[in-house]
Amino acid sequence: MTRKKHRLWIVLLCGLGLGTAAALTLTAFEDSLVFFHSPSDLAEKGIAPGRNIRIGGLVEAGSVSRSTTPDGKMQIAFRVSDGAASLRVTYTGILPDLFREGQGVVAEGALTPDGSFRATQVLARHDETYMPPEVADALKRAGHWQPGEPPPPARDWNTLRPASAGGTSRLTN
Amino acid sequence: MIPELGHFALVLALLLAGAQAILPLVGAARGERRGALLMATGPSAAIGQTLFVALSFSCLMWSFAVSDFSVENVYRNSHSLKPMLYKLTGTWGSHEGSMLLWVLILALCSGAVAAFGRNLPATLKARVLAVLGMIATGFILFTLLTSNPFNRVWPLPEDGQDLNPLLQDPGLAFHPPFLYLGYVGTAVAFAFACAALIEGRVDAAWGRWVRPWTLAAWCALTLGIGLGSWWAYYELGWGGFWFWDPVENASLMPWLLATALLHSAIVVEKREALKVWTILLAILTFSLSLLGTFLVRSGVLNSVHAFANDPERGVFILMLLAAAVGGSLLLFAWRAPSLEPKGVFAPISREGALVLNNLLLATSCAVVFVGTLYPLFADLMFGAKITVGPPFFNATVFPVFVPLLVAMAVGPLLPWKRADLWAALARLKLAAGLVAAFAVIWLALFDRTLLPALGFALALWVVLAAATDLAERVKLGRAPLGESLARARGLPRGVVGGIVAHAAVGICLAGIAGKGISPERITLMRPGETTTVGPHTLRFDGKADITGPNWRGTEGRLTLVRDGQDVAVLRPERRFYPVQRMSTTEASIRTSGLADLYAVIGETSEDGATVVRLHFNPLAPWIWVGTVLMAVGGLVSLSDRRLRVGAPARRRREALAPAPAE
Repeated sequence: MTRKKHRLWIVLLCGLGLGTAAALTLTAFEDSLVFFHSPSDLAEKGIAPGRNIRIGGLVEAGSVSRSTTPDGKMQIAFRVSDGAASLRVTYTGILPDLFREGQGVVAEGALTPDGSFRATQVLARHDETYMPPEVADALKRAGHWQPGEPPPPARDWNTLRPASAGGTSRLTN
Repeated sequence: MIPELGHFALVLALLLAGAQAILPLVGAARGERRGALLMATGPSAAIGQTLFVALSFSCLMWSFAVSDFSVENVYRNSHSLKPMLYKLTGTWGSHEGSMLLWVLILALCSGAVAAFGRNLPATLKARVLAVLGMIATGFILFTLLTSNPFNRVWPLPEDGQDLNPLLQDPGLAFHPPFLYLGYVGTAVAFAFACAALIEGRVDAAWGRWVRPWTLAAWCALTLGIGLGSWWAYYELGWGGFWFWDPVENASLMPWLLATALLHSAIVVEKREALKVWTILLAILTFSLSLLGTFLVRSGVLNSVHAFANDPERGVFILMLLAAAVGGSLLLFAWRAPSLEPKGVFAPISREGALVLNNLLLATSCAVVFVGTLYPLFADLMFGAKITVGPPFFNATVFPVFVPLLVAMAVGPLLPWKRADLWAALARLKLAAGLVAAFAVIWLALFDRTLLPALGFALALWVVLAAATDLAERVKLGRAPLGESLARARGLPRGVVGGIVAHAAVGICLAGIAGKGISPERITLMRPGETTTVGPHTLRFDGKADITGPNWRGTEGRLTLVRDGQDVAVLRPERRFYPVQRMSTTEASIRTSGLADLYAVIGETSEDGATVVRLHFNPLAPWIWVGTVLMAVGGLVSLSDRRLRVGAPARRRREALAPAPAE
């Protein structure tokens, strides 16, 4: 085996490796990228039911209800709001420790035909003062949170009106 | 006073690190004789720096131990009621403290090079120390300027804000030191690579010097990742052990490349081939370690671990990253062409197998890299909020790992230079037959899902191949038993370590595959009701209030029932830490060594029913048994006489000894 032929082998192998990696990545990207939408995005864009997406916002105060499904599971329903729009979310299972009304939450799942969101996974973060970046961003876009200000108090979230409709980020009642 | 002493010691360490970065480099450039004096400053500066950083770290630890809340970092991360162990480990529980730990471990590494590297050529040693000095300067500067752990607060707070309760746990208390030992250990390999590029010389001896450092770093990284995933398994209460979270990936990427580096350094040592590639791997491994630090510390990626959201820090680490990666790659582009390859080998040979190993490990690292950083890229470029979740990583990493695991069994059986693939495969006939028989029986009798079956089959294949390798080497069955035993005792430790680590990969893989067939059940239970998961029946006996030193909570009682008898009680807890106003879930795990029974409780509804989640995880403990065995294999290999520091020098001296007599 000459050095030239040897090098050719290695280059071929590397090309094969890179090609496989690229092909694998692209095919996997096709169906496993999960996009994040805020409740107001969903209201505007019209995402098809059944597609796996993530949503996020703040859990509206007083919206959490628990019920038992016929097959003996506990179903939790709550509303997630970004201040401009809100969305009904249902979930079966154990909620994370930090799930609380007025807290930022991110849920993964799909829309159902009736327009509510069926979560397969609910993520709340480690730290109670931590706001998921997507949620913070959604709040900013809805005009409720200017950078540099602390987020509005949690108890306000179910009474906020969108900034575009003339509302402010203060209590309206 | 003590915190000021610590601050002052850190500033002195910075000055020494600066001296260590410049003086030996100048000395080495002047040549072995004229620069001898300047080069001699290297080890002294390194050991001095180690002592001062250690002093600084002890001062911070002291402040934590005595709960000195006038120190901001202690106030924010400690509490007078916290158990002493967590007061001490709280030293590295915060961003500032963990950066100081990073600096301490780096200083210990350069101190170790200075103290144990007596047999290194003077110029190489001087340059290695200089590169380590540069990294240390950057990180001490970072700590002092953006995250000083010794800042004071005024007025004096009455008590601290406590450490995040999730971190008050033995698994996580020791996870960062091991992980950092691994991250920072790759800095030594990086420094050797840069020094070799400056010298313009890479030979077998270089490979022999780099390998123990890489091996030690790899062992620490393996244990660090293992501890982290074990913690995630029992503390987060999700029942899984790996979530492909960006921060987990940040530690996995350097591990994959360090594994590749470990293997390619063997080729450099034995055959003086793959030199340029090995140098590049050493640079990339450390770059990914830095990237990991950047990802965790800057908070740019959305992760369960995101804690420091300070853009200033992110920018500083990004600059460090750019300087280290850019500088070393420039050096590489400039100097690497002058490194002439020496060893030539056929594609089918031990070297060829190691090239394949490197290629596949680098490929898997590349896909993990893309998956981890793509959301960041998409956000910056298109403003799209995207998550790349486990399905992506499962779909890309598994296909790369299957050939890797298949080849991993064959590689060690191939001789160097030129090999006969069929002869090697013939020796694996028995192993292949057993694996095929297992696969058929498994699919026919137990479970039809493809992935777990493939995982078990590959795990068995890897373990059996390691056993075959051992049996071949000791001539088991072909020689009398006594001779086999004698041969086993005489095997070089490097070989034994390799066999143990390879078998450990199989054991770990079996545990991972076991997760693929584990049943789980989420159900509402009232006291007295029973439910089943896997082969087990459990009765819920209600809840009780409990209190701990700095928390209160409730525990559920689940009694394991077998043949009408109560066998054991599982007590999963939900704890509330009032100081941090945080609640945590404590899973209750009953393990038999072969399988785990895993229970978590949730909330109780208005009508008195509690949510209970149960998992039956067959072979789950093997994941961590395998991880620990991998590290043990690495340590056994590290204790090999050939790798022991100073051993080659002694042999050389012995070889030279008869010379004067001639």
